[in-house]
Amino acid sequence: MDDLLLEFLTETNEHLETVDVEMVRFEQDPNNEAILSNIFRLVHTIKGTCGFLGLPRLEALAHAAETLMGKFRDGMPVTTPAVSLILTTLDRIKEILGELERQGTEPEGSDADLIELLEKMASQEALTPEPAPQSAPAPSSGQPVSQVFERELKPGEVSLDELERAFQEAPGPEKAAASGTLTYQVLERALKPGEVSLDELERAFREAPGPAPLVIEKAAANLPKNDAVPAPAPSAKKNAEASDSGEGGDGIAGKVQTIRVNVDTLEHLMTMVSELVLTRNQLLEIARRSSEDHGYKVPLQRLSQVTAELQDGVMKTRMQPIGNAWQKLPRVVRDLSNELSKKIELVMQGADTELDRQVLEVIKDPLTHMVRNSADHGIETPSDRKASGKPEKGTIRLNAYHEGGSITIEISDDGKGLNFAAIRKKAAERGIASDAEVEKMSDAQVAKFIFHPGFSTAAKVTSVSGRGVGMDVVKTNIELIGGTVDIRSEQGRGTTFTIKIPLTLAIVAALIVSSKDQRFAIPQVAVSELVRVSPTSEHSIERINGTPILRLRDRLLPIVPLSKVMGLSANEDANNGFVVVTQVAHQRFGILVDGVFHTEEIVVKPMSSKLRHIQLFSGNTILGDGAVVLIIDPNGLARMVGTEASSNEFQSDAGQEQAIVAADEMTSLLVFRGGGESLKAVPLSLVTRLEEIEASTIEWSSGRPVVQYRGRLMPLVSCDEELAIKRQGMQSLLVFSDGEVSMGLAVAEIVDIVEDKLDVELLAERSDLVGSAVVRGRTTEIVNVAHYLPMVLETWSRKDRRDSVDKSLLLVDSSTFFRDMLVPVLKASGYRVQTASTAQEAVRLLSGGLHIDVVVTDLELSGHSGFALVASLRADPQHSTTPVIGMTVRPDPQQIALARKLRISEVVSKIDRRGLLSALAELNASFEEAA
Amino acid sequence: MKSLESMTATPKSTSRQMEFVTVTVANQLLGLPISRVHDVFVVSEMTTVPLAQGEIAGLLNLRGRVVTAVSLRRRLGLNDTAGAERRMAVGLENQGEAYGLLVDEVGEVLKLDPDEMQPNPVHMDRGWVGLSQGVHQLREKLLIVLDVDAVLAFETTREAA
Repeated sequence: MDDLLLEFLTETNEHLETVDVEMVRFEQDPNNEAILSNIFRLVHTIKGTCGFLGLPRLEALAHAAETLMGKFRDGMPVTTPAVSLILTTLDRIKEILGELERQGTEPEGSDADLIELLEKMASQEALTPEPAPQSAPAPSSGQPVSQVFERELKPGEVSLDELERAFQEAPGPEKAAASGTLTYQVLERALKPGEVSLDELERAFREAPGPAPLVIEKAAANLPKNDAVPAPAPSAKKNAEASDSGEGGDGIAGKVQTIRVNVDTLEHLMTMVSELVLTRNQLLEIARRSSEDHGYKVPLQRLSQVTAELQDGVMKTRMQPIGNAWQKLPRVVRDLSNELSKKIELVMQGADTELDRQVLEVIKDPLTHMVRNSADHGIETPSDRKASGKPEKGTIRLNAYHEGGSITIEISDDGKGLNFAAIRKKAAERGIASDAEVEKMSDAQVAKFIFHPGFSTAAKVTSVSGRGVGMDVVKTNIELIGGTVDIRSEQGRGTTFTIKIPLTLAIVAALIVSSKDQRFAIPQVAVSELVRVSPTSEHSIERINGTPILRLRDRLLPIVPLSKVMGLSANEDANNGFVVVTQVAHQRFGILVDGVFHTEEIVVKPMSSKLRHIQLFSGNTILGDGAVVLIIDPNGLARMVGTEASSNEFQSDAGQEQAIVAADEMTSLLVFRGGGESLKAVPLSLVTRLEEIEASTIEWSSGRPVVQYRGRLMPLVSCDEELAIKRQGMQSLLVFSDGEVSMGLAVAEIVDIVEDKLDVELLAERSDLVGSAVVRGRTTEIVNVAHYLPMVLETWSRKDRRDSVDKSLLLVDSSTFFRDMLVPVLKASGYRVQTASTAQEAVRLLSGGLHIDVVVTDLELSGHSGFALVASLRADPQHSTTPVIGMTVRPDPQQIALARKLRISEVVSKIDRRGLLSALAELNASFEEAA
Repeated sequence: MKSLESMTATPKSTSRQMEFVTVTVANQLLGLPISRVHDVFVVSEMTTVPLAQGEIAGLLNLRGRVVTAVSLRRRLGLNDTAGAERRMAVGLENQGEAYGLLVDEVGEVLKLDPDEMQPNPVHMDRGWVGLSQGVHQLREKLLIVLDVDAVLAFETTREAA
């Protein structure tokens, strides 16, 4: 097959994909002239090129489709059947192209059926019976616009279009003499796209009088001829603004020219650049050793710099926006919604998230499959949706973003969700698990069954899906590149698939650190700040029973010395260095390293299969200086730091929506002893600092112990009745603060800081305890800090828990302290708790599609009244009936009246933990009744 | 190296000869089928991998590719050499991944007749038996034919604590 044909095939296939997408957009927005012009132009180009290459079938099909589109342009109403017909035609064209690619010639066959249909469609309401080619290029103000657009979208191809078009419009259609010249020009362009097209264009339009100005305008980016075309440019802009997408507008000058390069060429280039880097390093080394400067040091420096830039550039060629893999989806969804008579909207976010080309290829098909699944199984028919109180139009949402050093892609729909009962039944039927096992499994575990080969619960097999093939393939494909798929579904609310692809192969910014003379890379995304620590500076590492912690802005940060985790050093007393404050999902910890160098963009290479079991590393990379460096996986580190047993849970939590505080998340606990024998613990995040004070400094004012602390009086309270506050010696204190207010909790002894899954068993009768939990194998009482607060402070308060199951609750309170304190309590009563510190944040979460069963809000939020938040909730149809519980320091009749008006179920005092819990219990009872 | 040179003058003129790259580890001569050997290189900088299994010496940058360095000494249950002046490695490929087998010395290529290969002596160290395909009797030395796949198939499941 000759190069020209190959070039044609590649280009045409790309054109067709754009046409697919544009056609769907156009159907939704038939008045958008810009889109139509763009489609028209692409089809026209295909038609023209087919003519030159002697492909009569393709030409005839494209011609017929173009004629119909010409009618649209002349004002014929855009109907779904018409669009479908054009899309079918495009599919036929693709088929023929496929054959062409395999055989090198156009396959035999007739397209009379389609052409007839197209012509029939076109002749309805035909305004002008003349054939389209003439009507299409008919000079009109819309024309320059379309050309400009076309060029932005597909810069490389334009010159061809233009040439083709120029020729089309120049003298006669059967200008055999010209075709020889043309072919040559096309070929030339393929070889040297940049330079040649301009000459060719110039020549072309010198021959063709009409469209000359247009071509000049196109060339204007390269040629300073802009002034020659004052008229078309503004009109183009105007139209761009008129089109709601706006993408046309900024593309005018912004789009870069592209060329096609063989992947092997790039890979080879990459290897060569790496070699170059090594050679440069050797040269630099030689230069360092010799003391004399023979005048080559400056050029060497330059060489070094250029090499680095070259390497950088080559690495970037591997990256592509994920939007490339999404291109086909609008068409897929559009066809499906017609086929299934559903109304589906496809929303795509983060299309510019960059992915390695290879990864992109692998996930392309799984993504398409999952979107098909969502459309077929997820979204209900409009009548069903209406019946369940949802808008008729279902939404499938694609979202891609970088997170915690990996790329996350979410595919969510607001459809009916998974039918867990059916899956359970099917799983038992198929013998994947026994009835008893299936019953015991959580919904999340049950959902995973859909990834089993051949698993389908669809009552009937549709043409789209339900054959039970697919999800297992999806999973396999994604796991092949080291990714994970997670599924979250709620009956009646929809299903979300979360694909996480590790940063393998992707370029990431990493912080290069050192520990015991070895360098490591930490993905920048996980790093929130750097703190220099030394025993003498403001920040110093302290220890509780040997466990290092750092006080950072009134918070205690667990410290993980890297050298210890790596087994590089047995010495645990390192106190100097840098703390890399790391945030992984909801865990915050500091990694202690010896030195910090710089940040560098690195290409992640996967770990050897022999080393993949070390969860501490996510990959390795070659730094600019040629050294191999290991990349630390913050998730893995967090897992290693936590207890062994819960590592699996933590891992799966990472796949959950970040904002939802998973029920079995790891919690850092401060374990201490009170008066009795039993161990007590509080969540470390609540503790502001630990103090040991001379008992003699404790003052007693009206029988209550206080201590002067940081220039203020801080009330003290004993952690239990059996423990008397010391009158002499040293007294250990846990200090709790919220803003300006502090309280000291006197304890007998601080035992340890541990990280464990907090699984609290409730104790109803003791208000000083949340309950008890097994921490590191020992029964430990979890202290309810809120109990002590009213004993010393009026303004502090708290609330409680109860037995509800699997309800999600949004807690809105501007005080971090209260949020931290209430979350474990509410979680202990079985809620999945989501928190927001401001009304704005709450609104954002709720409008982001987060499903919430109950809202608990402080009615006196800072900055924004809690009542206003509730009012805005009520205005939103989705949340108009969501139960709300209000909290206030002191309920007054006025507030209660206002609360009634807003249908707030209950107003409770912030101090009244029991009140909150019983209010929640009541709500729950009413839920069950309703169900 | 000297012994190697004197010994390599023993090519037997048989028809079905196989070529082996010879390496030395702790004075033991070992042969790797030449078809499996990609290249031989001098190890300059190596990055050690904390928590890795003992057989893995580290990671190397070989012309832009990250290569896992496996110590043949440790694989054979021997101790590391004290003086690691110039470390040589044999580049191997296994299941699409690149490995560098660290050896003490790399010798010449020998042509040997597979028919003359003897089975492993029954009392050979069990750790060695698994890696050896057999023994060739050279004039001055014995050459163990290494099973490359077996050499690279060491435990990966050991969880790094």
